[in-house]
Amino acid sequence: MHLIKLIFRNTLRHKLRTGLTMVGLVVAILSFGLLQTVVDAWYAGAEGAAPDRLITRNAVSLMVPLPLHYREKIRSVDGVKAVAAANWFAGVYQDPKNFFPQFAVEPAYFSMFPEYRIPDAQFRAFFRDRQGALVGRKLAQTYGFRVGDVVPLKGTIFPGTWTFVVRGIYDGADAKTDTSQFFFHWDYLNETVKARTPALANRIGIFIVQIADVDRAAEVSEEVDALFRNSPAETLTETEKAFQIGFVRQTEAILIAVRIVSFLVIFIILAVMANTMAMTARERRGEYATLKTLGFGGGFLAALIFGESLAIAVIGSLVGVALTFPVAEWFASEMGTLFPVFEVSRETVMLQGACALAVGTAAALFPARRAIRVRIVDGLRAIG
Amino acid sequence: MVIPLRYSLRNLRTRRLTTILTSGGMALVVFVFAAVQMLDTGLRQTLVATGQPDNILVTRRAAGTEISSAIDRAQAAIIELQPEIASGLDTRRLASKEAVVLITLPKRETGVATNVTTRGIGPAGTALRPQLHIVAGRMFRFGTSEIIVGQSIAHRFNGAGVGQYMRFGGREWTVVGIFAAGGSAFDSEVWGDAEQLMQAFRRQTYSSVVARLTEAGALDALAQRLENDPRLTLDVKREREFYEEQSRLMSNFISYLGLTLSVIFSIGAMIGAMITMYAAVANRVGEIGTLRALGFRRAAVLWAFLFEAILLGAVGGIVGIALASLMQLVQISTLNWQSFSELAFSFTLTPRIVLSSFAFALLMGVIGGFLPAVRAARLSIIDALRAI
Amino acid sequence: MQPVVEIRDLTKSYRRGGQTVPVLSDIDLVIASGDFVGLMGPSGSGKSTLLNLIAGIDKPDSGMLRVVGVDITTLSESELADWRAQNVGFIFQFYNLMPVLTAFENVELPLFLTSLSAGERRHHVNTALEMVGLGDRMEHYPSELSGGQQQRVAIARAIITDPTILVADEPTGDLDRVSAEEILTLMERMNDELGKTIIMVTHDPHAAGRAHSIKRLDKGVLQDGER
Repeated sequence: MHLIKLIFRNTLRHKLRTGLTMVGLVVAILSFGLLQTVVDAWYAGAEGAAPDRLITRNAVSLMVPLPLHYREKIRSVDGVKAVAAANWFAGVYQDPKNFFPQFAVEPAYFSMFPEYRIPDAQFRAFFRDRQGALVGRKLAQTYGFRVGDVVPLKGTIFPGTWTFVVRGIYDGADAKTDTSQFFFHWDYLNETVKARTPALANRIGIFIVQIADVDRAAEVSEEVDALFRNSPAETLTETEKAFQIGFVRQTEAILIAVRIVSFLVIFIILAVMANTMAMTARERRGEYATLKTLGFGGGFLAALIFGESLAIAVIGSLVGVALTFPVAEWFASEMGTLFPVFEVSRETVMLQGACALAVGTAAALFPARRAIRVRIVDGLRAIG
Repeated sequence: MVIPLRYSLRNLRTRRLTTILTSGGMALVVFVFAAVQMLDTGLRQTLVATGQPDNILVTRRAAGTEISSAIDRAQAAIIELQPEIASGLDTRRLASKEAVVLITLPKRETGVATNVTTRGIGPAGTALRPQLHIVAGRMFRFGTSEIIVGQSIAHRFNGAGVGQYMRFGGREWTVVGIFAAGGSAFDSEVWGDAEQLMQAFRRQTYSSVVARLTEAGALDALAQRLENDPRLTLDVKREREFYEEQSRLMSNFISYLGLTLSVIFSIGAMIGAMITMYAAVANRVGEIGTLRALGFRRAAVLWAFLFEAILLGAVGGIVGIALASLMQLVQISTLNWQSFSELAFSFTLTPRIVLSSFAFALLMGVIGGFLPAVRAARLSIIDALRAI
Repeated sequence: MQPVVEIRDLTKSYRRGGQTVPVLSDIDLVIASGDFVGLMGPSGSGKSTLLNLIAGIDKPDSGMLRVVGVDITTLSESELADWRAQNVGFIFQFYNLMPVLTAFENVELPLFLTSLSAGERRHHVNTALEMVGLGDRMEHYPSELSGGQQQRVAIARAIITDPTILVADEPTGDLDRVSAEEILTLMERMNDELGKTIIMVTHDPHAAGRAHSIKRLDKGVLQDGER
């Protein structure tokens, strides 16, 4: 059809200009996609939460421990299937920069996290070795840990040097699972602490509580907290998702800033595209006037301009979206364990497309309006 | 032998829409570049302002933060008695044995439960921080459940006004005063009596000891003695240095991310400048031919167009910096990843940031305008004149 | 007196898509100082090319080309630029003024290639603009001037550095009859009063009529000159 052919021919007329505009669009769509993915990655922890898991912590603060004997009491609450203790370890591996999560956990922990896939033989080896450690695939890849490796950690909360032996590497059930974590035995932690700094012994960081009925999560949480109300260590029990979101929400300001900045880049490219279309339309004023004398109406001219603008936007965004995936993978590997889950979501891709269409449309608005309005006389004067 | 600057200037003014759009794009990039640096500066300034040059902070060895540090009473007493610790007018040692814990308070606007640093201080605690002033109410009385809160806490959290109550550690605490601490991290803290806090949280150990040195150079002797004593497991640092390290993780993240973003965004803006300048050259081929015929050299033509691009950058730079300076009205409050607690800071504009942002803007102009300027210079005179 | 232009065996061809197209073949030409020469011929005859070569904005393939006493074929590009600035004034069919500069600033432009001070430049420009009769229109932009006025500004620009020769390519091509006559009269004055040697390419018989001698070109070859 004439219109489409004209649009494409026009796009190719000024190869350098079109090419540059498209490169700009690719860069913008790509950056936009990456930034949105960075924000999503932050919330990823909450995405990976299971509805049948609750977290019980000290009501005052996550930093304040709970007594060990709470475990049996929680276990006895109606609706609770299993309870496992976990302590945040915060050790340093070689350099404080090498951050990854470390937890001292009871073996029951792993039955609550079926998304961590561990080969039976490795799990048994871990179970048998007091100093054994289970590490996630991502963590193993980042630091080159292999089964049998000795990993020393310098304790900060629990002072001293701690040595562990990697007994197994776990994989995640899907891309959303965090495989950047380092697990070891809670018993080993407690025994060692009893020997080194007895005052810090028998303290739990959090309890993971697995419940039988997902719909009773709120009830069970309330019952657990009721057990310890008015005691020296009151508890706060919430779903795992609420717990994860709690962290994220505290850095909300940064996340909002990143989202705003991601839209800024769209405005930058909008300025570039609007400029391109305005210049192009201005240069073709004579042609538009000629087309009008031939009988083509304002609607045709508008279609030409919108068509060209959208053609550039669509092609540029397709390339941008396609590139987002490999670049995101590269970015994730560079970031190591800082972003354990880094996935480009479907929403992000749709947003990228929507932004491209918006830019393509907005950039053509003023030039199209002017072209429709050009008086044949003025336009023809522009020639020669 | 230079084509007058007004030639470039006037050409920018003539193509008003194009100039606005192109330098507008550059302005946005400069805005991001400057704002990120302002954020980083604000963060570091807040934390550095927290430390006094003559103060030291003693924590347990290898504890990066006060939260994860524990110093028992015996060790704390030893620290207090060191000769390098200054004495106040009342001949008591200028040392404060402090207990730092995290409590959660709901934020006023969002209701989000947020970690807030609560610091139990010793009697010398306020004397050691001369930047601190009570701006409402009064100082708390030692030996009671009275507390004072920093300005930022009073603004952002519920239940933090004078006369109100906060509940933590199994007790109710009365807010009797609000203090301002010169825009430092303390503005985001709640302060009370260390002994009272330790009782409430059933702690036997302090988190840290803050003390004033007799003179700045005394640090080395003191650090040596304390760190080499086998009975003690301590780290001695200058207070400023300690807080500077607290900002490192976030500061690195902000600057790294910010710089990467600025560079990527600048590609878009430079492409915009390139498109504009290529069009400018294409539209003025006749003028270029005429200028060359008149006797202006290729270099003069190159500079005229390059200067136009640099001007575009300059306009973008000024607008971008102006926009960024508006951010000084904004205060950010977020979780400091190292101390794991609330920290409020603002965007801080420094002359260095203004200069670097402006230079960045000019650089974008130069890079974007270079190839088109070269094209202008490489035109042959007759081809250019023939184009008219 | 030494001739202003001395040309011997001048040849020039252009490459067009792999083929070499001869434009000028073995041109011999002498132009005396103070002469007013018209170059005429059909389209494609090479007259504009010859003008460009004399003006130093194009280089011949072979032959001698001596203008204002200098063999300009031996000059480097920058030397040629300097030479043009001092010795050649240009008058174009479409005036070729900078649209963003005022009449004053357009005339001043070539003076930036000299080491005159701002005050000295101003004096020269005022003089030149008075001479072409535009003393009261100095601050106007080209878009605010008629075709004839713009060409007068161009002529002022062409004489501002007091060059020896003026080259004009169809100076009246875009003007109405009245303005064309005014411009031709002005050019005659430049030739008579200021002694400028003028070489003019034209189709216009009225313009040709004002020239002192006519050279005709056809297919790159000079016909025998006559009036």
